[in-house]
Amino acid sequence: MLARVAWAALPVFLIALVAVAAEPHDPALVPNIFKPDSTPADHIYGVALFVLTVTGAIFVAVFSLLVYAIVRYRAKPEDDSHEPAQVYGSNQIELAWTVIPVLIVVMLFLATARVIAQIQDAPPPPGTINVTAVGHQFWWEFRYPDLGIVTANELHVPVSEPAESTPTFLKLLSADTDHSFWVPRLAGKTDLIPNHPNSTWIDPHHTGLYLGQCAQYCGTQHGLMLLRVYVDSREDFKAWANAQAAPALVTSTDSNSEAGYGRKVFETTSCINCHAVKGTVADGRFGPDLTHLMSRKTLASGAADNTPEKLKQWIKDPDSIKPGSLMPAMRLTEKDLNALTAYLLTLR
Amino acid sequence: MSSETMALSPHAVETQSLAERLHGWATTVDHKRIGVMYIGFALIFLVIGGIEAIIMRIQLALPNNDFVSPQVFNRMFTMHGTTMIFFVAMPIMFGFGNYTVPLLVGTRDMAFPRLNAFSFWLTAFGALLMYFSFVGGFGLYGAGSAPDVGWFAYAPLTSKVFSPGHSSDFWSLGLIVSGFGSIGTSVNMITTIVCSRCPGMTLNKMPLFAWMNIVMSGMVLFAISPLTAAQIMISLDRYLGAHFFDTQAGGSAVIWMHFFWIFGHPEVYILIIPSFGFISEIVPVFSRKPIFGYPIMVGATVAIGFISFSVWAHHMFTVGMNSWGNTFFAITTMAVGVPTGIKIFNWLGTIWGGKIQFKTPMLFSLAFLFQFLIAGLTGIMLSSTPFNWQLSGSYFVVAHFHYVIVGGILFAVFGGFYYWYPKITGKMLSERLGKLHFWLFVIGFHLTFDFMHIPGLLGMPRRIYTYEAGRGWEIWNQIVSVGALFQGVAVLIFVFNMIWSYWKGKDAGCDPWDAWTLEWTTTSPPPEYNFATIPTVHSSRPLWDLKHPEDPDWKYE
Repeated sequence: MLARVAWAALPVFLIALVAVAAEPHDPALVPNIFKPDSTPADHIYGVALFVLTVTGAIFVAVFSLLVYAIVRYRAKPEDDSHEPAQVYGSNQIELAWTVIPVLIVVMLFLATARVIAQIQDAPPPPGTINVTAVGHQFWWEFRYPDLGIVTANELHVPVSEPAESTPTFLKLLSADTDHSFWVPRLAGKTDLIPNHPNSTWIDPHHTGLYLGQCAQYCGTQHGLMLLRVYVDSREDFKAWANAQAAPALVTSTDSNSEAGYGRKVFETTSCINCHAVKGTVADGRFGPDLTHLMSRKTLASGAADNTPEKLKQWIKDPDSIKPGSLMPAMRLTEKDLNALTAYLLTLR
Repeated sequence: MSSETMALSPHAVETQSLAERLHGWATTVDHKRIGVMYIGFALIFLVIGGIEAIIMRIQLALPNNDFVSPQVFNRMFTMHGTTMIFFVAMPIMFGFGNYTVPLLVGTRDMAFPRLNAFSFWLTAFGALLMYFSFVGGFGLYGAGSAPDVGWFAYAPLTSKVFSPGHSSDFWSLGLIVSGFGSIGTSVNMITTIVCSRCPGMTLNKMPLFAWMNIVMSGMVLFAISPLTAAQIMISLDRYLGAHFFDTQAGGSAVIWMHFFWIFGHPEVYILIIPSFGFISEIVPVFSRKPIFGYPIMVGATVAIGFISFSVWAHHMFTVGMNSWGNTFFAITTMAVGVPTGIKIFNWLGTIWGGKIQFKTPMLFSLAFLFQFLIAGLTGIMLSSTPFNWQLSGSYFVVAHFHYVIVGGILFAVFGGFYYWYPKITGKMLSERLGKLHFWLFVIGFHLTFDFMHIPGLLGMPRRIYTYEAGRGWEIWNQIVSVGALFQGVAVLIFVFNMIWSYWKGKDAGCDPWDAWTLEWTTTSPPPEYNFATIPTVHSSRPLWDLKHPEDPDWKYE
């Protein structure tokens, strides 16, 4: 029964396969570990190539020997019924295939140990940007203590040219369960563990968007705990940082304007238990800071684009975008919902 | 299933009612029947775990798919992993060990027959307890049914706050119960091998399968104990307000990882070492040569047993150990590669100069050699700490350990099935169906697990229930999913072959493979007492000595 279902499903998959293979995608957005663009990822790429070369050589050698032995020593129809020569072992050969692997292991180990120290024990140079990343179920909080910025899900860092290095050092914390910070083109992953502060660093060499996501299972919506790193030019980063450090655009709570009414809805419902808007009474810490919500490209940790329609849908029914996220459906009236959306749209 | 009637003499079948026969199975202390029950139990769960895998592969075949909800997906991978490790791989190894070790060492039963039965039923009820979570996991909270914390259940995801209801309790209690079963069987196995060998069988004349089982059992004692301790601690956390892993009250999430992986890594070797045993029995027989370098094979196994207890934190390279810790666990992990490599070379040496017969057990064993080679080499890649920072937690690592567990362990187990089925039932498995099973499974295996490495290299983490289009992952996931279907079909053919051959298969006779170890001297299936007279042996291949009196092994050993 199951077999028949499986066979019936096969052509469907094959057709879909061809369809998807033709689908274009932007290669710069593929988080390929073999396209490093930051020093830690570069070092890893280097040691990876070395390890791949050594293991590849071992593979070719042993694979060939196995194939040769299997073909050469297969029982042939013209064979007589005599058993082959009974060989019990050979000390010389066994010694050889013990010592050679030991030497290979020593070589691999030395290459590995060097890169561990290079990445892990690198001191932060002057000009380093410090960021505290806090993992939450199921989103990222980024705090820039030196710049007075709190934001979520989209990390902005300045480009770090070899001439004037401005790496970003991240302190990694967790508010609940284990998470892992992984942007493959920038660095290997490091876990965010409650009660166990960690750190990592990146120094992206080019401007642009780098994708990553949570790489340690953290609960229901681990799958959509996405992560975007925007690498800005120095000037753009400075402008971004200044804008982010400013308080929210103040909307009067005047009920006559839709946004003003929306602010009232925001501040008189449980929204403010979880969300903060700098410069207002909203100072919740459980959910993302919304002070500059509209400066972000995505909602719900990358689960949806940040458009007015999606924003409204997200407030109305979070589960329709990200089932199992911890934001509750607020069950607002249509009027309140529209007003609240209008207010949030002013938070640029 | 057909296992209900296996190993009963025809005479007994005729005179007993069904109830009497079932009662006989439920109360048996015969190592052969317990072995068959272990194997049958494991096969049922193999199918269940396989269905869970196929559900996941359907979900991941397309980006943004909603075949199942994230909650269901998370339960599926948690139960798939837990089931395959604890209720398929371990019981199947214990099953084959139970059935064949007393025959291989020439004794009439395990050292403690009643402990043996007790251990089996503990394992069986542990599994039922865990699967009862699908019904009872809601508890009074309505918060999820089956466990959804992942098979290594990292704290604090298992705490009351993040896992309300009873699903995590079923998980930890199920593992505590079946863990005691594993410990009981291991004690039994060690005692049997140490104390019950037939006259003449010194340790250096013992079949390699028995050696592998004694090493594996020793490891079970040391590996399951910390797991059981951790499970008890988690229950204390959940019900008595202890704070071992409660990070919000100063507990440590990392200490759970240490507890789990000091079990978890040796566990891999607990499963692969008996698989080495299968290969070390099958490859010589179908190459018509003795195993190459018996002493170094034993030495390498023991070395793996010891070293594997010093490598656990290579599962934790990303948790922020200092550079010394990361360096230490890199070298110990790479060191395991040496004895493992020795084994592959010695099997190669066994084939070399032989006359290879491509019977189904041998086909699976040869595929094992290639696949285990690749699994070992991706393991070396993962042991290089910086490379691991990219690969761990990605689909690359998922592909790697499935290469070990499916490409290595399951292939060895299938080989063992085709090899020992004639002894267990007295009937040969169909070679035609066997070869069909083999080739379909090889195709499916390679479609799935070769291509699964690639999305990992492209940054796809494991345990995500869906992914966005445009990251370059779609095509690889589809190939992987198609391969899973091939494997599913192949397993169905295998199950059909076992049932069909039990009724319609050719009679096996005592020694269908012209093999050399003691189990082939007795009838198929063996009588309850195994041997009419306890044999005396002079070498590790007693039947070779018997068949070739002019050139016996004991002259050279």
